[in-house]
Amino acid sequence: MTRSISVTVNGQAHEATVEDRLTLADFLRQTLGLTGTHLGCEHGVCGACTVLMNGQSVRACLMLAVQSHKQEITTIEGLDRESGSMHPIQEAFAKFFALQCGFCTSGLIMTLVEFLRDNPHPTEDEVKVAISGNLCRCTGYRPIIDAALEAARTLRKETHS
Amino acid sequence: MKPPPFTYHAPASLAEALELLRSCENGRLLAGGQSLMPMMNMRYAQPDHVIDINNLSDLSYIREVGPHLEIGAMTRQREIEFSDLIAARCPILRDAVLQVGHRQTRNRGTIGGSLCHLDPAAELPLIAALYDATIVIAGAGGRREAPFSVFAQGFMTPGLASDEMVTAIRFPVWEAGTQYGFVEFARRHGDFALAAAAVTMRIGQDGRIGRIAVAVGGVGPIPLRLAEIEPLLQGKSPSSALFDEAAKSCAGLEAMDDVHAPASYRRHLAGVVLKRALAAAANSTSRAKA
Repeated sequence: MTRSISVTVNGQAHEATVEDRLTLADFLRQTLGLTGTHLGCEHGVCGACTVLMNGQSVRACLMLAVQSHKQEITTIEGLDRESGSMHPIQEAFAKFFALQCGFCTSGLIMTLVEFLRDNPHPTEDEVKVAISGNLCRCTGYRPIIDAALEAARTLRKETHS
Repeated sequence: MKPPPFTYHAPASLAEALELLRSCENGRLLAGGQSLMPMMNMRYAQPDHVIDINNLSDLSYIREVGPHLEIGAMTRQREIEFSDLIAARCPILRDAVLQVGHRQTRNRGTIGGSLCHLDPAAELPLIAALYDATIVIAGAGGRREAPFSVFAQGFMTPGLASDEMVTAIRFPVWEAGTQYGFVEFARRHGDFALAAAAVTMRIGQDGRIGRIAVAVGGVGPIPLRLAEIEPLLQGKSPSSALFDEAAKSCAGLEAMDDVHAPASYRRHLAGVVLKRALAAAANSTSRAKA
């Protein structure tokens, strides 16, 4: 069975006819070609496929594309600033070498976009809990935590200026 | 790791959802999808019809009904986490929900979904067992209610007919001033507990334990209220020796033996977390409010 959906992804409206069983992650990657969203475990454990739906982080492998009908999705590709520069969280990841293979990175960054928006003054322990649903198997958590705290500082400055 | 083909339905009303549930052979309700979707991706679950109840916004609410706190089945775990009403009236439910998965799963996962999935180690069923919460059920034949102790029939088996669904959960919360403790042991933050214990207690002016409820999860096939040890604690002054004595009763619990932990270890852990939860409740400075 198929259904027609209209969904906004990174500010752009899309109309598509999708199979009922197609996951949101596969819709983003295969139908829209937005391969920045990664797929690791495909059962909601690794966090690599984290995207925002209406501003809230969700596992794209645990949602059906048909469930994104009339919703707003943000993926890693939607974080670019209008100036063409990277998002402060992305810049902090680069600065602190908070990635090795990069597989977990987009999921971690999308998780942090929501977390730092809701909690602009996090402690290190709060950051650790916030990213506990994202697995990094290069085990580079230390620089990821440092990058998150640096990004929080940058984002606070942006809000104040 | 893709779900097998199915037909998707998105009913707009409870009546429509119940009619689909009655008429669809091998249909499954899709609530937050944080358990059913992994099961479908791994093909443990192969429904022919998926009935998505995310449009039933009437089933998403947290409100006081007399002395009870009623939570709609489609209320997201996130909403429980951030609810001022729950933080005041039933703070142990907030402590428990913080241990449920991660932000990304709590944004979607629902309380009704968790109770119907009935994972033996899940936190929300444990709190339902602690209070012996009332489960409100709708079906083709009308509405009925069941205490959690009857609803939880066995390992991942809710007491629901194939044409029935849970619409709400009612917690008979205790008076203001109730103390509480929730302790679980999991290998990683957000994992299912290897053992968890929940305690609510009243301590009288005389410093002795009054009303008390004790429950453990993650040990046997369903979370259990340990009503038999509650009388051992009532009327006594809280002490390490008393809690040690209570924890000993966990040695006789039915425990699961699986890849995560042998039964003997689970029984041991149950005693440890129970003792810690009792101590946390007795020493807690935070109290349930009116």
